[in-house]
Amino acid sequence: MEQLLEQLASGLANGAIYACVALALVMIYVSTDHLNFAQGEMAMFSTYISWQLMNWGLNFWVAFVLAVLASFVLGVLIERIILRPLHGAPVLSVVVVFIGLLAICNSMAGAIWSYLIKEYPSPFPKSTFGFAGVIGPHQLGVVLVTLVVLGLLFLFFRYTPLGLAMRAAAQNPQMARLVGVRVDWMLALGWGLAAAVGAVAGIMVAHIVYLDPNMMGGILLYAFASALIGGIGNPGGAVVGGFIVGVLENMVAYAGNQIEKATGVYIIGNGEKLTVALIIVIFVLTVKPAGLFGRVVVKRV
Amino acid sequence: MPAFPKKWLWVVLVVAFAWPLLEPVFPDVVSNYRLFLVSTMIIAAIAVLGLNLLTGFNGQISLGHGAFYAVGAYTAAILMDKLNVPYYATLPAAAAVCFVVGYLFGQPALKLEGHYLALATFALALSVPQILKYKWLEDLTGGVQGIVLSKPEVPFDLPFNEDQWLYYYCLVTMIVLFWAANNMLNSRSGRAMMAIRDHYMAADTMGINTARYKTVTFGISAAYTGIAGALSASAIAFVAPDSFNFFLSIKFLIGLVVGGVGSLVGSVVGGIFYVLVDNSAQAISTYIKNDLGLQFDLSAYTIFGILLILLMYLMPQGIVGGVYMLFRRLRRG
Amino acid sequence: MAALLEVKGLKAFYAKTQVLYDIGFDLAEGGITTLLGANGAGKTTTLRALCNMVRTEGSVRFDGKEIAGQPTEEIVRQRIAHVPEGRGTFTTLTVEENLRIAAYTRKDKQAVKVELDRVFAYFPRLKERLQQQAGTLSGGEQQMLAIARALMLKPRLMLLDEPSFGLAPLIVVEIFKILKRINQEEKVSILLVEQNAALALNLADYAYVLETGRVVMADRADVVKNDENIRKSYLGY
Repeated sequence: MEQLLEQLASGLANGAIYACVALALVMIYVSTDHLNFAQGEMAMFSTYISWQLMNWGLNFWVAFVLAVLASFVLGVLIERIILRPLHGAPVLSVVVVFIGLLAICNSMAGAIWSYLIKEYPSPFPKSTFGFAGVIGPHQLGVVLVTLVVLGLLFLFFRYTPLGLAMRAAAQNPQMARLVGVRVDWMLALGWGLAAAVGAVAGIMVAHIVYLDPNMMGGILLYAFASALIGGIGNPGGAVVGGFIVGVLENMVAYAGNQIEKATGVYIIGNGEKLTVALIIVIFVLTVKPAGLFGRVVVKRV
Repeated sequence: MPAFPKKWLWVVLVVAFAWPLLEPVFPDVVSNYRLFLVSTMIIAAIAVLGLNLLTGFNGQISLGHGAFYAVGAYTAAILMDKLNVPYYATLPAAAAVCFVVGYLFGQPALKLEGHYLALATFALALSVPQILKYKWLEDLTGGVQGIVLSKPEVPFDLPFNEDQWLYYYCLVTMIVLFWAANNMLNSRSGRAMMAIRDHYMAADTMGINTARYKTVTFGISAAYTGIAGALSASAIAFVAPDSFNFFLSIKFLIGLVVGGVGSLVGSVVGGIFYVLVDNSAQAISTYIKNDLGLQFDLSAYTIFGILLILLMYLMPQGIVGGVYMLFRRLRRG
Repeated sequence: MAALLEVKGLKAFYAKTQVLYDIGFDLAEGGITTLLGANGAGKTTTLRALCNMVRTEGSVRFDGKEIAGQPTEEIVRQRIAHVPEGRGTFTTLTVEENLRIAAYTRKDKQAVKVELDRVFAYFPRLKERLQQQAGTLSGGEQQMLAIARALMLKPRLMLLDEPSFGLAPLIVVEIFKILKRINQEEKVSILLVEQNAALALNLADYAYVLETGRVVMADRADVVKNDENIRKSYLGY
């Protein structure tokens, strides 16, 4: 029973990470209709920035804030410089550019900081912070930080004029221009925020999966699965989807473990995580493309 | 894009067949290493052609062709290793298996477009190494260790060494495959494929069975890249799961956009290109580390990434398209 | 006195197709001018061209300043409000959010509050539906919301594209009455594109008739209204 609770807690922590990355994906999708394949690598790069800052002597949370801010700026720059000229370009061009970004982020991280796996510290104090061995201090911390970040974002979009302007620009850019909103800058801000949220996810997960340039690949896939489950255009859905996927992932691994213990037969375990994600992605895309909370967009001929 | 002028084609073919025979004359230029390198370029060209058939000529974006390459490679490896199938017979087998896999993947892909299809194939590419390492398949695939093979034997005591023979094996395969592709693309089927790419709804309403064309094209495209994989199994004499990761699909993508989307010649150019860059990046990186003393592990993928982005602005038609534009401008002026 | 809006030699293009060839007209401050013509004459395109929503050439002077070619949002910030075809409400936002977003560019928050009250005075129905999702409003209410939103920009010039489209006649009459009030009480000049020529000519003081991208007729609204020939050839009644 205890093991089940542990897996549940671990699933929630993972789910928090997926929720963040999924939210970043949805934010960009809602404003630009593009899927940011480079989201994972950008988050990884931000995490390396925070690692470097800590290496230079800065405290964890200071490095955290600076890295998140730097990611925001990078996101804005990427949108303004690299993606702006592609407005209206064919889908293949845009997809290719995203893959290019992915390749650059990944290889530059490896080039600057090497491909050696590094340990990454956890800022959450060991003994005082967990729940009787069921949920570890770092996992609890991850869930809390995620909820805080998500909460702040929600408040921002719901109650501030800038948040409203960004929502309007995403919903109907033409009309937003007609009320004076500078839509182009809203897109750039959206990218900046998405990059920042991705950075939070990367920094939170690094302690769990260890810091290495390829750490976000699987997480990105799970984040896509989460966003699809929640409905690709639905930010709230992405968050819910993230937690669902996180718990599901761990429950499947747990079930596999139990089956192996009971019957000695290995069916599924930690080594099949990406395959499970693949199945989820294909399944949702073909069977229920609108996800749980989304709406199917009908194309006008 | 116009067909490659016939005269040039014959010249290239003659050179392609003749140059290894110049070994006694230019032993440094026509070395075994060079032959092997060119063989890998040929394999790359075939793989890129496979991707081009699906994405360039039929408009279905794939970020996952590494998966079909892996299936082809492993099919060939397993047949050679477990069933002692001769290396040349692995090509049709790999083609058949990959066609089925591609066709099957093409079914759900019918409902997907643009970004969503890219996502599905992205997911496929990311999961390949894990699938290959799956416990229940270990007996077949050799798990993490992979399968060790032997290079193709030179038959009938012909006066070639192994690398030369491999080169001709790959060359002939490429010629046959490209010839077949050219015929297909110039036929009614080819025009239907391209019509689907350019005006899907119009093609549909004109009575073209778009579903069948799309799934069959997926299958053929997978078969082509699968054959390349099977060739590589023989060439490298080794298959292991981690060499078929997502970065392989990135290489194919580079070959596609650098060479020329929707161009047969472009596929060859693209294949040659990514092999060249891949090989030189190592050298540049060593230079940076040893001679400049910088701890900077330059990888080919930084170059690839930058190129992918730049090309979309400057030359979305790839090198072949760019050259074509240049020709037209020169001819006019 | 120079006109508030002076358009000369305006051309417009959708990609490579030219749609407007040589549009020229003036709109006096405080006036209501209407653009009439058959389908495809270029009326909507003219409004879009004024806001640089399509590729244009030619001159558009607003209050003496050249605005042709500026980005749409900058033109709007000069206090030109455009109520587009199909209302353009933000359907997933509430009525209140739709109004608030229109006040986005306004600096003085106090004035905005006063503005809101004035807007509710014209459109009490909107006040009742403040938290309702804009997409669930009826056609007439959405049109009111679109006009209310335009008012929140405190415009000097309001461009209206077929406000009567798809609405029941009673609602249309109500809306046009409100437009008249807005023109007189808020001193908002109006440029109105309308299919329903009779309605438009009753409201406007000046009329231009467009045909395939050119102005073919320009005169006072009452003259055009009473000229049977013009009405039969260009306006269909």
